[in-house]
Parts: sequence; C-alpha cells; structure tokens
Amino acid sequence: MEQTLDLEHSAPQGFLTFIKRWLFTTNHKEIGTLYLLFSLLMFFIGGIFALLIRAELFQPGARLLNPEFFNQMTTLHGLVMLFLAIMPAFSGFANWMIPLMIGTPDMAMPRMNNWAFWILPVAAILLFSTLFMDGSAPNFGWTMYAPLSTTYGPASTDYLILAIHLMGLSSLMGAINIIVTLLNLRTPGMTMMKMPIFCWSWLVTAFLLIGVMPVLAAAVTMMLMDRHFATSFFSAAGGGDPLLYQHLFWFFGHPEVYIIILPAFGIISQIIPTFSRKKLFGYRFMVYALLAIAFLSFIVWVHHMFVTGVPLAAELFFMYTTMLIAVPTGVKVFNWVTTMYRGAISFETPMLFALAFVILFTIGGFSGVMLSMVPADFQYQDTYFVVAHFHYVLVPGALFGAIAGAYYWLPKMTGVMYSERLGQWHFWLSVIGVNLTFFPMHFLGLAGMPRRVADYSLQFANFNAIASLGAFLFGFAQLFFLYIIIQAIRGKGKKASAKVWDGAEGLEWTLSSPPPLHSFTTPPKFE
Amino acid sequence: MSSRTRKISNKKILFSLCFTTLSMFGFGFAMIPLYNVLCKNLGINGKTDKKAYLTSDEIDLSRTIRVEFMTNNNNYLPWDFYPRLQHIQLHPGENILIYFSAKNNSKRQMTVQAIPSVSPGLAARYLKKTECFCFTQQTFKPDQHRDMPVLFHIDPHLPKNINTITLAYTLFDTTNLKQAKLSTQSLAHIPN
Repeated sequence: MEQTLDLEHSAPQGFLTFIKRWLFTTNHKEIGTLYLLFSLLMFFIGGIFALLIRAELFQPGARLLNPEFFNQMTTLHGLVMLFLAIMPAFSGFANWMIPLMIGTPDMAMPRMNNWAFWILPVAAILLFSTLFMDGSAPNFGWTMYAPLSTTYGPASTDYLILAIHLMGLSSLMGAINIIVTLLNLRTPGMTMMKMPIFCWSWLVTAFLLIGVMPVLAAAVTMMLMDRHFATSFFSAAGGGDPLLYQHLFWFFGHPEVYIIILPAFGIISQIIPTFSRKKLFGYRFMVYALLAIAFLSFIVWVHHMFVTGVPLAAELFFMYTTMLIAVPTGVKVFNWVTTMYRGAISFETPMLFALAFVILFTIGGFSGVMLSMVPADFQYQDTYFVVAHFHYVLVPGALFGAIAGAYYWLPKMTGVMYSERLGQWHFWLSVIGVNLTFFPMHFLGLAGMPRRVADYSLQFANFNAIASLGAFLFGFAQLFFLYIIIQAIRGKGKKASAKVWDGAEGLEWTLSSPPPLHSFTTPPKFE
Repeated sequence: MSSRTRKISNKKILFSLCFTTLSMFGFGFAMIPLYNVLCKNLGINGKTDKKAYLTSDEIDLSRTIRVEFMTNNNNYLPWDFYPRLQHIQLHPGENILIYFSAKNNSKRQMTVQAIPSVSPGLAARYLKKTECFCFTQQTFKPDQHRDMPVLFHIDPHLPKNINTITLAYTLFDTTNLKQAKLSTQSLAHIPN
C-alpha cells in the first residue's frame, strides 16, 4: 500500500558512502538492523565466555583456566549477555517493529535513536579493552559488589564503570524515544488499549528503564568516587556501608530482570496468537499483568539479600511481595495457554521457540518461587540452584523470546523465508542443549555446589560434565541460527509474502516483505 | 503530522522523561541519607549509637545476658587486636568496663578506626556506650601496644527474647584516609 513513495536509496556506491550511510542513518529499520546485528555479535562473544567457563568446569581440578581468569569470564559473560546482547536485541525489535505496528513513518526522535545505538559499540570496546589491560579485567561478578569493586577492584574497573554509564545512557535514550513514539505517533483510531501487546510490553519496559537505570548510574558513580575521590559511600572505615551498595544495585537489579523479560513476553504474546490462529486471550489482563509486574518489581529487591542480616519484618515483607509476582506472571502463562486452547496450531520455528519459552520459563518461575522463601533461600543462596534459576528465565526465557522474534519477523525484515528445516534443527538442538546445561545445575545447587568458583569437589563431577556437554551443544547449535540469518540477509530462499504467516494480524503485515525503507508516510487506516 | 491526534507535544514528554531520569539519578544519592536515617531509627543494621550515654544506675537483677566480644582485622592489617575477655555474663543496667588489646606490628605509625557491629542487629540500640575506643581514630607508633577501654551497659528495656549479644569490632586502616577529603555525607558518620 505504501510502495508509491519508494525512496529506496540509489546513492553512489563506495566504502566511505557505505560507512557514512550506516553511521549517520536515522531510519528506524536501519537502526533496528544495526541493533540486531550488534546484539548477535555480542551474543556469540558472550557465548564464547560461557563456553570457556563450562570448559573449565567440565572436570574438577581447575586445569584449564587460571582461576583469576575464570572470575573475569563469569563477570564479563554476565555483563555482555545482559547489557550488550539481550537488551540491544529487544531494542532492535522495538526499533524495527514499533513504527510498523503503530503505523508511523519513524521513531519520534530519529537522531537520538542514531546516537543511542552508536554509543553501544563504544561501550563494548571500553568493556572488552579491560581484557587486555595490566592487572586484570573486572573479576568480581556482574553484580560488582563493594568492596570487591572499590577497595579490591583492579585498575580496569574504571573502564567498566564508564562502559556502564554509556550502556545506561544508550538504553535511556532508547526508552525515552520509545515512550514518546508510542504515546504520540499511533495511527488515528489506535487507542492505547488497541496497541499490539508487543508495544505495551515495551512501553512498560521503557518506564522501568527510566526508573532504575539512573539508580545504577548513581551507584557506579559512587563506586568511582570511592575508588578515586576519597569518599566512603561503601567503605565502613570512613563511615559508609558496603551493604548500601547491594541495596542500590538490587533496586536497579530486580527491575532489570523484568526489563529483560517483558519484551520477550510481548514477542511471545504476538507469536502464539499468530500460530494458534486465534486472538490473544485476555488482552486487557495481559496489559494489567505487565503493569502489575512492573510495579511489583520495585518492591522485591531485598530478596537478593536475605542472608545479609535484614530484620525479620523485612524478610517477611519481601518474601510475600516476591511470591506475589507469581500471580501476574501466572495470568500471562494461563492466557498464553488459553490462547492456544482449541486453536488451529501449527508448529513453525517461531512457534516452537514460543512453546519452549512458555514451558521452560515457567520452570524458571517455579524455582524463583522456591528461592523467594526465606528459609529455603538461606540454603540456596550462592549455590548453583540460583544459577539454574536465572538461566532458566534468561536463556529459554529472554533469549528464546528474542530468537522466536527473529524467526517470526526475519521474513518480514529480509523478504525471504528462512529454511524451516534448518530452523527446526536449530530449535531441537537448542532446547536439548539448554536443558542438558541448566537442569543438572538445580541438583548441583541443592547438593551445595557454590557458584562463581573455578573448581568443585569430586561428587559434583558427573552433573558438571553433563552441563558442559549441553553447553557446547547449545553453543554450536547457534551456528545454525547464524547461518540462517546470513542466508536471509543474502536474500537466499523463497520469497516471503506480505503477510508471511497466514494467522498474522497487525499493520506490519500489510506492508510488503521487506517493507520499503520509508513506510507509512501517510497514516494507515486502523480497523 | 497535524492529522494525528496528540494531546501533549513530543517536547513536553521528552522534557518530563529527562526530568524523571535525572531525578531518579538524584534518588540514587538520596538513598544514602534515607538508608542511614531508616537504619538508625529502626535500629536494624547492628550499628551502635555514636553518642556517649550516661552510665546506668538501675540494674535489672532478674535477667542475665551473655555478651560476646569479637574482633576482626580488615584487609590483613598487620596488627594484633583481641578482646581481653571472650565473653561476659551481665545484668541489664550493669556498667561494664572491658578492654581490647591492640598492637601495631608494622614498622610505621598507623591510624586505625574500629567499626562496631552488634548481632542480633535489633539489640544494637540497647547496647549503650559511655566510653569507647571506637569513638575516635587511634594512632599507634610502630610496635606500640595499648589496652583500649569500652565502658557500656545494656539497656534494661532489651527485648525479652534476646539473651545473647555479640559485639564485634573491625579494625580499619585509616592512615591514608584524610579527614578533610571525606565527603560531608560520610563525615556525618565519623564519631566525634
């Protein structure tokens, strides 16, 4: 419908032009592509770190890596995956799809959008440069607890602090842009409660980002000041309190996990109706559940700190609020299941990943409820049970959400269908690999294996060997994903129709595949 | 874009969101006084009061409390630091004078600060000190040895369910921590 105004760039070719085009682009689709490709690269780098960790843990005895280097790997794996792989992936989908879904030509602030992206590679370079510095890269875990990061932090910690400031700025600019776009640029007739659910999930996420990213920035600023300007925010010697750092960090850290998972909820809530050929069940309650989760995420942070000696009243309060989160999350899971109920379901790759998401994320949710109980948490704290829990919500949760979104929208973005056969291979290897890797970690944790240690005692050897094999299976399965994406970008494959999936609904499917560079220059009709 | 329905301009939303962002950054810093006030008033983080209390003149002989003493050296501080008594049985309201022994084993003059911590945390506000070496920084010459006093009593209002209190001191090296450079925020917490 929009092909009349096709300003497809027929600019002069050349290396410099190419660089300039991508460096200065303000087009939401191009910026979305940049985000997604960047995130894919970071996913593989973070994955290599993870495989180094698992290679070390394949056998007991700290044989492969220096324990100091192992600590750097756990730190960087966490930071890279959260801030540079998962978050930019969802920003990429937001940039690509939100303007198409709400029928607007571009994001509200295209120049800020460009800036928000190009800060990220700079942050990544700062972060990775620490690996090549004298001393060591940051080695205190992604949580950067004081005094490990202040009194004992290696010199390179300063680079990490600045990288976090930049990543925070980038995500804040992205969030502000998304909020303005969603509030002001919806096509006439699209009220808030008629927005696609993916847009809602990002609106809530963006507000969470604005609420907590600045608090992390404040915390790392204090860290920097403690390190260099003789303040004592986190140093007991000067009258500060190291525990205060944990409060600040988790005030950011808990909403952060919802920042990561809510866009995945949104993507899954788009995919399941498409492949069930039904409308999303309980749209209104899905929106309320998002809002409830966002609100609750601000009042649960102390559940990360139950063993710090907080008073009983606080333990009880935060235990109950944490358990309460299971209610809106349960609403979402039940609504997904009910959407599928009596639907004409077909099992294309995006749907497979979405189904795995629903099941495996729920397992991660259950172990979360177990961890929420104070007496149980005393036992599980800092064991592999925690590692199993958060990897179940982050890998088959957030990451599968992103992968499902990639398969779902790849034909729309590139104009060609991916190979369904390879997609299925990717799915089955991934889902087997993920469970082989992370399921045994539950048992390891219950048996008392501590996390963040490069070595372990002999009785943990078998499960660790299984987990490592699973991790390598999962890691190498991602090469299928890489290959599929490269083929799609090269335009190899069946031509995709405008609608791509017969059950798909929404404005984005009214455009050709791939959509013209400039779409919806006049607002489309909605319903 | 006039065809689109919009109530608030992009700029207004942008400014209010930027304002929110900045205020949340400020909130991060505001958490510090907030945290300290909350912890102090609720008595929840096991820090004893910094002010010196009058000695008690009312003894509750009906109860006996066990008070244990612990010491730690922060960051491999080359000092000997230990309580002269490991633990003591006392009645609430009884004035107790005990000594902690400290010796600077290094070859240079050092200044240290002892930071107290009471467990269970809720007992902290009932442990009242009249005099304590932790009220001030202590400067020791090389190889100097000194016994440092603590004069304290337990408030008779101590909750009935608390029978054992642990008082722990951690010794921090503050030789290079210049008072003048400390932020006003942290100064508020340095005793005296």
